[in-house]
Amino acid sequence: MSSYHLDLFSALGINILLALSVYSPMATGQLSLGNAGFMAIGAYVSAMLTVHLHMPLFPALVIGGILAGTIGVLVGFPALRLKGVFLAMATLGFSEIVRNYFMNFLETWTGGAYGFRGIGDTPISIVWIWAWVFFFIMFFYVLSRSRLGLMMIATHDDDTVSELMGINIVRLKVGAFGLGAFIAGLAGGLYAHYYLYIEPEFFNVWQSIYMVLFVIMGGMLTFWGGVLGAGIFTILPEFTRILHDWRGAFFGVVIIVLMIARPAGIVTREILRLDFWIPQRGSRT
Amino acid sequence: MKGKSILTLKGVCKNFGGLMAVDHLDMEVLSGQVCGLIGPNGAGKTTVFNLITGVHRCLSGTIRLEEKEITREKPYRITRSGVARTFQTIRLFSNLSTLEQVLVGQNFLPKSGAGTAAAGALGTGLRLRDEAEELLKLLGLWESRDQRPNTLPYGSQRKVEIARALATRPKLLLLDEPVAGMNMRETRDLLAMISKIRDLGVTILIIDHDMKFVMGICSTLFVLNFGRKIAEGTPDQIRRDEQVLEAYLGKED
Repeated sequence: MSSYHLDLFSALGINILLALSVYSPMATGQLSLGNAGFMAIGAYVSAMLTVHLHMPLFPALVIGGILAGTIGVLVGFPALRLKGVFLAMATLGFSEIVRNYFMNFLETWTGGAYGFRGIGDTPISIVWIWAWVFFFIMFFYVLSRSRLGLMMIATHDDDTVSELMGINIVRLKVGAFGLGAFIAGLAGGLYAHYYLYIEPEFFNVWQSIYMVLFVIMGGMLTFWGGVLGAGIFTILPEFTRILHDWRGAFFGVVIIVLMIARPAGIVTREILRLDFWIPQRGSRT
Repeated sequence: MKGKSILTLKGVCKNFGGLMAVDHLDMEVLSGQVCGLIGPNGAGKTTVFNLITGVHRCLSGTIRLEEKEITREKPYRITRSGVARTFQTIRLFSNLSTLEQVLVGQNFLPKSGAGTAAAGALGTGLRLRDEAEELLKLLGLWESRDQRPNTLPYGSQRKVEIARALATRPKLLLLDEPVAGMNMRETRDLLAMISKIRDLGVTILIIDHDMKFVMGICSTLFVLNFGRKIAEGTPDQIRRDEQVLEAYLGKED
């Protein structure tokens, strides 16, 4: 594989993880515009661990992810009081706090606004990224066929009624939010160790918006939607170089047309025709 | 089984700002009964349901399910203790099929073994999935098991709500205006279904405006007006009650 294709497939893998990180809370009806913040936490923490503490990559990635996930759970509790656009604004505010923190603090460790250079000598293998991608695709596949997956859709549709059906929606929503933050943190760690350079500006609002776009365009009621959305938004720009200056505008048109033609996203549960099979044992309830 | 009280409300009050929506309400529903909660618009009937299921919190008073006090429990815990309900305006999960709605209702149930009333009648030890399918057959929803709610006729949507509520294996089922908007045939259909559900051993409390329907099926009626209970008794007693006539028809002269 040429380094061009290598870069493209690495970006694709990281974008799929980021899409899944937005899908997780969105599947329970929570719109997070702050996942760039969780990604930043994972990126900075794992990079500090490998650079300054010489920790091996795997535990550094996992610690970065767990820390992002833990902070996600802490953010998830107050976020329960907010819905829709209000939750989006609150999570956006959170990610700005994170970005500004890494811009203005820990400068001796991370380079602050100048950027964090020299995260390792060579990029990690693309296998690192895709191993995580396959792991989480498997994870969400099993989830989508479990009763827990149905409970998430139910909570997405109507959380008051879900609670009256005996679902502990606090646990479900905070769990989904924390899982999303964990995945975003992991993707951040992979990003840092593939590109070997990070700066706070990379984790700005646009990064969060792109992740949400992957999911909304691809389809938000099945995880395949986010995977496809990430694929389209990573690969398609490469095929539209011919449009030169019109490339950005072309993408705007694609988004508008998709939203008119398929407001629920490209992949819906009807398309998948999922024949739900509920395992007799071992399915979580 | 009969004669034991399943739901007891004592001095229950609920205000919305300065308005007393429910005012010192005492109520006792006996196990195995079909009871009706009736009253003019705005009398506080749905508020009572919301208090029982924990959607609203009581200002004062206590609510008991059998021996257990559930006054300040969270809604999902109350459901798990055996109360299920339907809604005045249908509230189904729009992205789930009929069968999936029922599967969601079973979310907290143990994987196998004996359950409560409904499970017992449906055969204990059944797999949950089988139990869900039995429920759909019982309510005549088997043909539409894979359909989403927006593709179902109104009457079927109401039945799906009932199936979803029964999936939680309730001891007490609260039906909020189950025949509202239904035609004659659908109403008769539902009447038969409610008898079937009662025969499974589920106690039922119904809110409705359709007097003929309520009088025909309930053994005990509670009448609310402005948040207060103005009468209680058998349909015959209620029909002759002066306060009730006054609340519904207005005072003479």
